[in-house]
Amino acid sequence: MNVVLNEPLSQVSLLFVSAAMGLLAVALLLFAFQLAKLKDDSTESRFEKFGFWVLGFATLVLGVGVVLRGIAANRVPWANMYEFSITGALTILTVYLVSLKVRDVRYVATFVTGFTLVTLFAAVSLFYVEVKTLMPALQSYWLVIHVMVAILAVGFFAVAAGFHIAYLVKSAGWGKALMDRFPELKVMERIAYRFNMVGFVSWSFTLIAGAIWAERAWHRYWGWDTKEVWTFIIWVLYAGYLHAMATRGWNGRRAAWLGLIGFSAVIFNFVVVNLFFKGLHVYSGL
Amino acid sequence: MESSFRSSLMFWPRWFWRQLTSMRTALFLLLLLALAAVPGSLYPQRSADPNGVRVYYDERPELAAFLDALQLFDVYTSVWFSAIYILLFVSLVGCVLPRLRVHLTALRRGPVQTPENLKRMSAYFESTGALDLEKVRKVLKQNGFRAEIQGDSVSAEKGYAKETGNLVFHFSLVAVLIAVGVGGGLSFSGQRVLVEGDTFVNNLASYDSFSPGPFFNERELVPFSLKLDDFAVIYDLRNPANLGQPIDFVASATLDDGSGATSQEFRVNHPLAAPGANVYLTGNGFAPVITVTDGTGAVAFSGPVVYLPQDSNMTSLGVIKVPDALPEQIGMISFFYPTVAELDTGAYTSIYPDPIDPLLTLNVYTGDLGLDSGIPRNVYALDTSQLEVVASRTGPNPPVELRPGESADLPGGIGRVTFDGVLRFASVDVAWNPGGFWVLLFAAIALIAIVFSLSIRRRRVWVRVRGEKIEYAALARGDDEQLESVLSEIKDEIEKEARV
Repeated sequence: MNVVLNEPLSQVSLLFVSAAMGLLAVALLLFAFQLAKLKDDSTESRFEKFGFWVLGFATLVLGVGVVLRGIAANRVPWANMYEFSITGALTILTVYLVSLKVRDVRYVATFVTGFTLVTLFAAVSLFYVEVKTLMPALQSYWLVIHVMVAILAVGFFAVAAGFHIAYLVKSAGWGKALMDRFPELKVMERIAYRFNMVGFVSWSFTLIAGAIWAERAWHRYWGWDTKEVWTFIIWVLYAGYLHAMATRGWNGRRAAWLGLIGFSAVIFNFVVVNLFFKGLHVYSGL
Repeated sequence: MESSFRSSLMFWPRWFWRQLTSMRTALFLLLLLALAAVPGSLYPQRSADPNGVRVYYDERPELAAFLDALQLFDVYTSVWFSAIYILLFVSLVGCVLPRLRVHLTALRRGPVQTPENLKRMSAYFESTGALDLEKVRKVLKQNGFRAEIQGDSVSAEKGYAKETGNLVFHFSLVAVLIAVGVGGGLSFSGQRVLVEGDTFVNNLASYDSFSPGPFFNERELVPFSLKLDDFAVIYDLRNPANLGQPIDFVASATLDDGSGATSQEFRVNHPLAAPGANVYLTGNGFAPVITVTDGTGAVAFSGPVVYLPQDSNMTSLGVIKVPDALPEQIGMISFFYPTVAELDTGAYTSIYPDPIDPLLTLNVYTGDLGLDSGIPRNVYALDTSQLEVVASRTGPNPPVELRPGESADLPGGIGRVTFDGVLRFASVDVAWNPGGFWVLLFAAIALIAIVFSLSIRRRRVWVRVRGEKIEYAALARGDDEQLESVLSEIKDEIEKEARV
């Protein structure tokens, strides 16, 4: 283990991440214009088209930033809060852009763009740390698998959360002129369900992978460490969501609220548990 | 009369059982379980952070006692948490068992009876003409359906694996719970501090602390011995940002399982597989080797002393008790600085965790150490309240300072102390949980099963020919937005292949 770190390269990576933030802000504006126009004219799509080009370019630039950070640290770029955030933002954007090819998920572009922009802003202004080598506890191939799949799960949950919000806004009758242009409630519920489903399976996998790693590193596969507790809570909440979708009278608004509560727990687990709770997962680097 | 009495007697239990096994209750219990798990992350837990509980008791004893009465320091073994998950699993079994029976019947019987009124199904098409039902059956079979000719119609169904996956998932969760319980009961973990050169023999007496599961039997400990030959801590010297950060801990050991000795290595994340247990590296520190000769010139103490690390630069605190010293017992509280630096206040600190410029300081006391009173004493602490101070920063003489290889006379002619050198110690956990394999196995089965359950669609298709009228109908379990297009494709295929 004789790794050479390259902090100057990490600064270059930071430049790319910042540039991606600028591009995301532009994309966010374009999507906002689009929503404003859509209210009056359902055929409007100029802003949207341009917005997606900018969003795609932002993702590419962010991707370069993340890869450069990995090269600077000579390992996978997800071992502290800053790196979780930039890789997480990249993953959410990638999941979203790939999903566009499969399903019509354009409607949550504003949410996805805004959410990743906030994530990156927090990363750059609050979480940035110099590149460091891995502490021995993190030197394991499980770091690659366990963390990557966790981030992927968050990507799917995030897109679903966008649809939950749209669903709740539309079903509450707010912004009727605009929300009438959104897909039917049934369709949005279905899309959210699909994304949560993939998220749930990934989350289950990451929970199991984490337990295998914990057995190697800490001599027990499960010990109710604060991070383990919250991983469990999130799993149970989304299991509850899946049950709700199959229970008469519980799908619709109630299920959407449950999905949002699940996603809030995901964010809580990332921000509050990482930074303020005592436990074995002390990898924020701050 | 009697039977109606019995049925009224059974009314409430039945009602209760129906309520418990309903989806709504399962959902409610799931959410309750999530909620009940939260306090375990807010309050320190005895299982994960016993020291945190102690601190809580020291700082706010009344609140701590109150929280303890509510079992908030043992959330995951508490009565209320257990009640929730046991109810949840009873509800789960009660819900899934009848479904298992229904599903097995469905698997055996094949497609259902074609309903009379097909127009009421979620997808429905009509056309005219005549079909060869045998060819219709074949087309449906090629599309993955189980199909059966029933008089003037073909009834077909596919996606049985959805329910199979769902049932396997739920039963696997029950198996995981059982494996966790039984495995945890039979498991054990023990801690031991090993200085370089020490040998550990696997029996109960060798452990510094030992926590067995409730069903643990001493015979589970397979005899082996493990000698810690060498323990290296590797620091990064190339990257300034990493200064003082360990990048690897490597313990080299000789393992003897009775059939022969082998050299082994274990590190963080890479436990050593010993017979019947794994050996994990969990901590490290310094063990300075110290020799004390007493006032009569006899060697009263000699050997490595385990010093507990106090900060990230490995300033370490050790206690040396020399009850055999004459004329008076000697006690010493000692600091070890791997790379020493002097603060403005004159106190020392360590500025780097590797021993580049090591210094040992000793505060010396004499008097009755209290070791003969029969009361167990902590080896890492010295109660100085009854002792006479011989040397300390505030005492009559300054603390004794030694570099490796140096020795010094203790003030007042009570003896002489030598700092022979520095060894490292490793804290190791020896642990085994026989349930681990089974938990993993059933968790993996559950994961595969849930993928089937969530991704496969259960669909029924009927084709009926009555006179000149052909009817196509389909029904899905749950929401299925593609049902109509699937039926339409099947219709096209049938009209192409099976027209007479």
